[in-house]
Amino acid sequence: MSYLGYPGFFEPYIKKVEQNRPARIEKKKKGEEFPFMSLQERQEMLKYHPDYKEEGRREIKIGPNKGYRIAHEFVDLLEAKSRVEPDKVDLSRVDYEADVLVIGGGGAATIAALIAEENGAQVLMATKLRHGDANTMMAEGGIQAATKGEKDSPYYHYLDVMGGGHFKNDTDIVAAFVKQAPDALQWLESLGVMFSKFPDGRLDAMHGGGTCRKRMHYCADLSGLEIMRTVRDEARNRADIKVLEFSPAVELILNEHGQCAGALLYNMETEEYIVVRAKAVVLATGGAGRLHVQGFMTTNHYGATADGIVLGYRAGVPLAFLHTVQYHPTGVVFPEQIEGWLITERFRAEGADILNVHGEKFVNEREPRDVESARVIKECLDGKGVPTPTKKVGVWLDSPMLDILHGEGRVRTAFVGKWKVYDRLGIDISKAPMLVYPTLHYQNGGLKDNAECETAVPGLYVAGEVTGGLHGENRLMGNSLMDIVVFGRIAGRNAATFAREKAKEGKLTLKHVKRYHKELKEAGIITDRVAPMLLPDYTTPEVKEKQLTVSYLGTLR
Amino acid sequence: MSAKERKKRSAETAVKEEKQIAVKLIPVYIMGKRYEVPEGLTIMKAMEYAGYKFIRGCGCRGGTCGACGTVYRKPGDYKLQVALACQKTVEPDMYIAQIPFFPANRARYEFAELTSAPEEVFKLYPELFRCVACNACTKACPQGIEVMDAISALKQGNIAEAARLSFDCIQCGLCTSRCFGELAQYHIFQLARRIYGARIIPRAEHLAEMVGTINEGRYDQILDELKQVKEDELKRLYQEREAEPLAAGEDWKPKDTRYL
Repeated sequence: MSYLGYPGFFEPYIKKVEQNRPARIEKKKKGEEFPFMSLQERQEMLKYHPDYKEEGRREIKIGPNKGYRIAHEFVDLLEAKSRVEPDKVDLSRVDYEADVLVIGGGGAATIAALIAEENGAQVLMATKLRHGDANTMMAEGGIQAATKGEKDSPYYHYLDVMGGGHFKNDTDIVAAFVKQAPDALQWLESLGVMFSKFPDGRLDAMHGGGTCRKRMHYCADLSGLEIMRTVRDEARNRADIKVLEFSPAVELILNEHGQCAGALLYNMETEEYIVVRAKAVVLATGGAGRLHVQGFMTTNHYGATADGIVLGYRAGVPLAFLHTVQYHPTGVVFPEQIEGWLITERFRAEGADILNVHGEKFVNEREPRDVESARVIKECLDGKGVPTPTKKVGVWLDSPMLDILHGEGRVRTAFVGKWKVYDRLGIDISKAPMLVYPTLHYQNGGLKDNAECETAVPGLYVAGEVTGGLHGENRLMGNSLMDIVVFGRIAGRNAATFAREKAKEGKLTLKHVKRYHKELKEAGIITDRVAPMLLPDYTTPEVKEKQLTVSYLGTLR
Repeated sequence: MSAKERKKRSAETAVKEEKQIAVKLIPVYIMGKRYEVPEGLTIMKAMEYAGYKFIRGCGCRGGTCGACGTVYRKPGDYKLQVALACQKTVEPDMYIAQIPFFPANRARYEFAELTSAPEEVFKLYPELFRCVACNACTKACPQGIEVMDAISALKQGNIAEAARLSFDCIQCGLCTSRCFGELAQYHIFQLARRIYGARIIPRAEHLAEMVGTINEGRYDQILDELKQVKEDELKRLYQEREAEPLAAGEDWKPKDTRYL
């Protein structure tokens, strides 16, 4: 027996949500909100956040951040050997040449490629999967920019970003970000991105967690998809952008002057290694959800395996803010087919309540993400989560409220992506709530750079999720899509300039990799791990035991 | 616990969890070869369970990237069906084959030179008029888009309607794989949406104004000063900042206008 498409098991729990829905709607209409936590209460609550679990991390023993405590999953990759023996690579045989090599296939990479090309560079993009297969494609909620001058400005955007990041953010980067965000949005508009608008062209906007003004713009609930497919389409129009798919970078190549001068790629299908020489490199490889930090489920793309962190760190770029990882408060716990799948924050921004097993509210829905996640985890630890037949636990996100608050059909039209996927599973989310739990979502930190996307290695630029600094210790909704646009453009422009004005001819080298191997040895790290991982491994142990002649390490044989 | 043990443990937990809900094994034919996989898994997870490790044919694993277009047929049925491997649940005796790449035609164009005239779309994609209105595209679409209606709208020169109807397109190419007229609907729609977004819907005037204000340097000093503010003072500014109420309408204005 099922109830509203869920197994009968859930019926009594869903009924509790339905019982007090009218009263909760009344409160919402009156503008009565669940109180926000004070800064001190937030700090207390964060003890329940996975980042604050000391047993979840350890000190890294080598490299520029020796002694830095980060998640085991990151340290495992950083304390690993290269996929190649550096001496075996013949760097005198160059397979491809470009002015600017862009590593990555998502939004930041594509935008950097576009702007580098506009600045006169011949661009080569190296992507691990198909061009566009990236977390950008999956971003739903929206994109922040202060665009409505009568009530908002970069000043307020700055305060929100800093507050969300616990005031630890890199202030230069934040200032550049909030100031350039409106221009970046206008650029997207000119490329034909279909933003949700009023008939007169005024942009729709809403709140996100931690915003003081409604500045989250969006393209229905498919903002990332719409932005990604548009910039990718534009890249395909440009004769001077070439794309090598299924060819991830496995090492950066430097030249004898210490400049970044290309990368070693790996054709995953033919298993050949490919030497690319370039005058400047943009590293935009995205995040790390597929590392499943602390065993968490993830919203991330198949290729989100922290490759760029490994490449950059080996070449000498320090890390920043990698001790924090973002858990999105609302990932699907049930049904199992879509476990880990992201439910956009916009449901909460539009007024859907978060409820415990008794159908009661216990948190304001618009706390910053880390606080919201910590609060949900606490509620479940306190025994007030909703159980599932699959022995998991979650809380309700009461989506049917939106049809009542904003008019019949709101869920179906404004959240069409979500509605359809649930509909395929027999659940109408305009009638039934969704069961959610925090899910691994975003790498807050990464490679250290500055507001010009420069790193410790001349000629190496970084952009997007692979970097650390903008979001401090916690990113706000809508700032990652804007991050890739603002800093993708800056990285592309600066890489093209470097290629034209500063790059020197010189012998290519992988000496930094040799040095890294030596450091591993000296630190007493004896391991058969290799990195980057490239792809996660979901092979079952039963199958693995029988794979006698193949030992998968990532895709390395 | 070593990294290897941790990894092994998490892989094992994942498998155990899958087995808890899906103890019953059912036969499926992956590229014609028989495997037994737990009931209730998606095609993607079933293939991984069987021992496949994807390089192609796997992307977001959440139904939004279009990387995992798959053809299948059920026993006793002549009909070929299509779906996304990450979304479709396996059924007993299903025959499964993936389409990891589809060599569809895409026109190259200078976007800046395009207007909103439908003739330009016709010129870039003359095959539009090869559509025989068989509706196979609509039936194939995993997003439930009215693909044929959107193509019809375009043929009538209604770019706006085609853009709106095709908005949920994830460009998996399954429509194209079934198209009798050899249309690459998903590329044609991409062009329609860009023209609609840039040339048909009005631009946001407030956005252009804000960009102008920023370029005039209105916030340069404000931000420079803000960067110098010490953490305690910044916290005070943060906590005291005026919040736009959730229920506020478009006409809401803040009391403090010093930093606008």
